Amino acid sequence: MSTNAIRAVEDAARSSYGRLLALLVSRSRDVAAAEDALGDAFLNALTHWPRDGVPSNPDAWLVAAAQRRLIDGDRRAAVRTRVEPDLTYAASLMHEAGEGNALPDRRLGLMLACAHPAIDATIRTPLMLQVVLGLDATLIAGAFLTAPTAMAQRLVRAKQKIRDAGIPFDVPSADELPARLDAVLEAIYAAFGTGWDAVDGSDPARADLTAEALFLGRLVVELLPPAASAEARGLLALMLYCVARASARRGPAGEYVPLSAHDVSRWNHQQLGEAESLLQSAAQLQNPGRFQLEAAIQSAHLGAALGRPASPLVIVALYDALLAFAPTVGVLVNRAAAIAVASGAAAGLAAADAIPATVVAEYQPWWALRAHLLSELARDDEARQARARAAGLTQDPAIRAFLLRDER
Amino acid sequence: MQYAILVYETPSELAAREDPTRVGGYWAAYTAYSQALGQAGVAAGGAGLQAPSVATTLRVRGGQRQVQDGPFADTKELLGGLFIIDVPDLDAALEWASRCPSAATGSVEVRPVLPPPPGV
Repeated sequence: MSTNAIRAVEDAARSSYGRLLALLVSRSRDVAAAEDALGDAFLNALTHWPRDGVPSNPDAWLVAAAQRRLIDGDRRAAVRTRVEPDLTYAASLMHEAGEGNALPDRRLGLMLACAHPAIDATIRTPLMLQVVLGLDATLIAGAFLTAPTAMAQRLVRAKQKIRDAGIPFDVPSADELPARLDAVLEAIYAAFGTGWDAVDGSDPARADLTAEALFLGRLVVELLPPAASAEARGLLALMLYCVARASARRGPAGEYVPLSAHDVSRWNHQQLGEAESLLQSAAQLQNPGRFQLEAAIQSAHLGAALGRPASPLVIVALYDALLAFAPTVGVLVNRAAAIAVASGAAAGLAAADAIPATVVAEYQPWWALRAHLLSELARDDEARQARARAAGLTQDPAIRAFLLRDER
Repeated sequence: MQYAILVYETPSELAAREDPTRVGGYWAAYTAYSQALGQAGVAAGGAGLQAPSVATTLRVRGGQRQVQDGPFADTKELLGGLFIIDVPDLDAALEWASRCPSAATGSVEVRPVLPPPPGV
């Protein structure tokens, strides 16, 4: 079976698992008990489905397997009394719905609970990966560079908080949804970042969660009312623009390749097309936000390499708009780079130097940009110093080699 | 679910109780809040507390009773009272907590109330 085919089977198992868990939890509020009841059935699915094929009604398969497991009697009695009525309820729902019908999908409420403001922000992403996708704590710990026992403990505490504090699993009303949704999107983007920062095996010990982040991103777009989905579409588009060019970020010997020198034929054009149409459908909702603007900037940058360049002034305007939503050092530095392209190296350098020095003293991209602009302005000594500083601040050996390629 | 809304007030806010120019407004705010809870049918108990200066803290260590003047912790915000409300979930409790007068000046801590111990 090809990697893609295995991935599709795993995704089917994860979809059923998440739907079923969300249904059980919406009744009991007890995430840990529901996980306990479904865990073995889910592991069975991950073992059997790639071999035997995905069952015609995957949800029903999983419910029946979980019920059998409870009846087997070797589970803790407390789990059985807590979860058995809810499993029976799920089974009856499916019986009523008839063959081929999936369970009601409450996963959006589950994701909103994982990213609830009463849950510590740093545990929201791990919680969502575990609860919605069934990832185990060890794998999550690997992606977040945390000790597995520490990660497992923090996940247990977060689930206790959900249960004992009475965090709801409802989708809030339309006026409250945007703010709550932002936290969900941030959490998904954080999962994406764990995979994206570790470029192509530069740190093989680190698990890559970009596929999981894409899965969650697609899920949110699918489950949200379309009118409320502009930013979710923007986030999914942004992630697709990034993964579409991932394989071109490194040359044959693992060396760093800047975007302007990418071999465009190595980009995934199907993913790029999907990103473009998501961004367009988001724009039609006329509700701009951080992720849509970041995706639009990606679109403009990649367009240049695809032979349909956006005006440099448009890119500067997009960064100006993004600053209003996300006034971060990264946006300020990228905006300075865009100004350099639109109005020349001197203007770009002025914009870079206008960023407070305390903010950028240890920010590698600022030093890299400065080095580039200074060498364009033939201020070679200053450029060399900035380049050395940028090389000293990166953790990535390939980027260090790229920066120091002309040094002897 | 029952939640305790713990009303943490700044010393200045608590001093309003003794300040003739502010005392009227101070109690009016809490009376209005308390009535709003009652009219919404979520009130399930609670009490205002006298000033922390009249608090007495007690510990038993090694069988010996240690009694000390003042509240347990010397913090910037002091427990001024509590409301018990009965609402469906944390979001509803946070909604009520945000209307408590001390939310704007001090803070409000929301905690689920334990059910009575078995056999009580």
